[in-house]
Parts: sequence; structure tokens; C-alpha cells
Amino acid sequence: MGNRSIVPYGPQHPVLPEPIHLDLVLEDEKVLAAIPSIGFIHRGLESLTSKKDFNEMVYVAERICGICSYMHGMSYCLALEDIMNVEVPRRADYLRTIWCELSRLHSHLLWLGLLADAFGFESLFMHSWRLREKILDMFEESTGGRVIFSVNTIGGVLKDMPNEMLQCFVKQLDEMEKEIREMTEIFLTDYTVKSRLVDVGIISGEDAIRRGAVGPMMRASGINVDMRKNGYAAYNDIDFEVITSNKCDSYARCEVRIGEIFQSIDIIRQAVAKIPDTEINTKVTGMPNGESIIRVEQPRGEAFYHVRANGTKFLDRFRVRTPTFANIPALTQTLQGCQYGDVPLLVLTIDPCISCTER
Amino acid sequence: MGQFLPFTKQVIKNLFSAPATTQYPFVERVYPERTRGHVDINKDSCILCGMCMRSCPPGAIKVDRAGKTWSINRFDCIQCGYCAEKCPKKCLSITPGYQEPGPEKFAYTVEVPYEPPKPAAKTVAN
Repeated sequence: MGNRSIVPYGPQHPVLPEPIHLDLVLEDEKVLAAIPSIGFIHRGLESLTSKKDFNEMVYVAERICGICSYMHGMSYCLALEDIMNVEVPRRADYLRTIWCELSRLHSHLLWLGLLADAFGFESLFMHSWRLREKILDMFEESTGGRVIFSVNTIGGVLKDMPNEMLQCFVKQLDEMEKEIREMTEIFLTDYTVKSRLVDVGIISGEDAIRRGAVGPMMRASGINVDMRKNGYAAYNDIDFEVITSNKCDSYARCEVRIGEIFQSIDIIRQAVAKIPDTEINTKVTGMPNGESIIRVEQPRGEAFYHVRANGTKFLDRFRVRTPTFANIPALTQTLQGCQYGDVPLLVLTIDPCISCTER
Repeated sequence: MGQFLPFTKQVIKNLFSAPATTQYPFVERVYPERTRGHVDINKDSCILCGMCMRSCPPGAIKVDRAGKTWSINRFDCIQCGYCAEKCPKKCLSITPGYQEPGPEKFAYTVEVPYEPPKPAAKTVAN
């Protein structure tokens, strides 16, 4: 039996600017168990419902996370629209779908860059982020913001994208696709990358279900779960297959996310081809009264929204379960039995977003 | 050797292509038309109703009806555009160009030349 020790890991992660703490139980260099601690930066956003009215809460929900900010705002609006029985114009649904997929693209490119940085491939990190920058420019051109878009409103969206702009975006994405394919080939075929990812952090499909994993973490274990198939926004008009992998390791998670990048580009192409020419929002009057649960597929996985309103302008309850929170139990499973040097990489493979988790 | 070839192509392409970043300060950034930079006010149309102050999520806007001033703390403003959306006279707008960084927070204040209509004289019932 080797020497046992407990190593405090974090709260500062070498790659993430956000705090998560893990107590690692080690036997020599092997991790036997990991005990996570969160709560260092809790902001109490859910409790702001007592101070901000339900319209202002759209902007609060957007600020839950910087990367999936659009989807947080949209999920909140979907919940309120469900409570208030508002029918959103179809063009707004399509515009939401396009912005959702652009968000997924930029999130996955960001994650690939961070992963490359974690295993020490600096130039690959720079190339991922160079490509992501073009997506941010598209956001700025269409919404006015690079990170926080503020285009969602209860009843639709605030800004329209003219058809010329949409065609221009598709053209840019066509050009980008070639570059992304060249870059992702390196992630999938390079010897050094594979040596850090293959057979590292294995979690089986059964364990992923038992631990409640969501998103690419779940799909990389061969489980076919994708909330987009529930058909919110305009996804019920779009043809796409859920991307899964049966390898169950870190390489599989990378593979699934790379597959989703190309899938997102394809979804945007389909949405632009089918977008109808209608209004972009409907006027919403009155106060919400009722309860709604919304589940959407964010880049990191399923986000769960519960909103309860009482007929006044302040909500009773606003509860969010974000994908990172759901993936932390699965993370502790992947860490069991891994080498100490692989811990930063494995923490990254769940694509953690601690600001989401803390809310 | 074959494993180095895919990336070599990219390296050679980078050597002969233009830089991916803007050469600031020699090249100024051109913002797209829709960029949400800062809140601007057309003070001539403002009626000091205070809708912007009440709707502002971070509470960055202050409207003083007695002093006839409208002020915004640009360091607190989150450029969400909700004030411009709520303004009944559409005198607020979000325009490109960001607040310059500074060591201290300060409020930008404008005097509004609005004269509220005088209430009609009460007629005494005989």
C-alpha cells in the first residue's frame, strides 16, 4: 500500500478564472476519491425576484453565465411565455434557434481552446479562439453585444436579422467550416493530443445515468439524450441526429463536441433556408400567474428552469439548475482512479462553468 | 514525421497572412451599427417622466424633476437597452462607443430644458 494523502486542489484552477475546490485523496500519484466544494462566489440571483420585476429579470437571467447567456435569457422568456400563454411569432423562434446555435459554436470553440491550453498545446488554443472571434463579431453585428446580447423579451425577440445578414452569416460559416475542420482534425488525430485524452477519465453509460450527467458528458457515454429534440424554439422544424460516442473517455467528449460544432453549422443553414417572414414579437400585457418548467439544451448540457408567478409583478420563485451543477457528481466519478497530473484536464472535460453553478 | 505535417500547413499560412488582431492604437476599431456602447439622451424631447430610472436594472439612471436634471452613472450601466425600450418619448438611444475607463466612478449629468405644463386653474363651483 502506497502513501495516502489529501491534497487540496483549488479554489483557483490553472485554466479556469472561476473557483472550484476539490479535496483529492491520493495514494502516491493515483487519485482514490475527490470531494468537491462550491459556493465561493454565490451571487443570490434567484432571490432578486423580490426586487426586480418579471420583465427586468430577463436581464438578470442573462447574467447567470457569460457563455450561455443567450440561452439563459431565452429559457426564462420561454417559461414566462408558457405561464402567460403567449404565442411567439415563428420568425422569432427561428432567430432564437440561430442565436442558440451560434452560442453553441462559440462555446465549443472556447472549450476546445481551453482543452488545448490544459494539455499544453498553446498554438492550438490560439487557433480555436481566433475562429471563435469571428462568431463574436457576428453576435456584435446582429445583436449589438459580444457576450451579453439582450435581444430576448417576453413575447419574442427585440432585433430582427435581415435576410441579407443571414445569408452573409451562412457564407462566413461556410468559409469557417473548412478552417474548423482543419483544426479539429488535429484534435482527433494528433498523437500528443490522443496520448492525453484516450482512456482518461472513463465513465460508463450506466454510471453517467446514475450520477445524473447531462449534455456532451452523457452523450460521450453513448446515451442518446438531447433536449433540442423536445422541440422548443424552431427545433421541431429542423432535421438533426443526436451525436453520441461509445468510447466513454475524454477523447469521446472531445469528439462529441467537435461533432456538435458541424451539426450547429448545419442547423443554422437549415434555419436560414426555412425562416418565415413574420413579426418578431407580440405585445404582452398583464401579470403572470402560474407555474412552468422549461428544459433546454445549452452547450454544456441540459438546463432546468422552474418559474412560479403569483399574479403580481414580482415572481414567487425562480429556480435554475445548470449543466455544470448536474455534471459535478459525474466528475467525481471520472476522477476516481486517474493520475494526479490528469486532474486539471478532467475538470475541464465537463466544460465547467462555476458562475452558472453559483448563480 | 507525418504527424507534424497537418499543422505545418497552418504555420506556413500564418507566416504569409495578415495579423488576426487589430494593430491598436494605429488602427481604430470600427464598431458595427448595432453595437450597444453607451446610452445617449436627446435632452430636448425628455419630459423627465422617470420611466428610465424605474426600469433600469442596475439603478444607474437618476431623474431629478425638481432640479430638472437627468444623470447616468456609466460605470454602473450594463448597456442592456431596457431604458431606451421603455422611454415613452424615445429620447434615449444606445449608440456605439464605450465609456472610457477611469480611476473613479462619476455620473454624467445633463440639464433638461423641459417646462412642465401648468395645471389648469381650478374653477370654483358657484
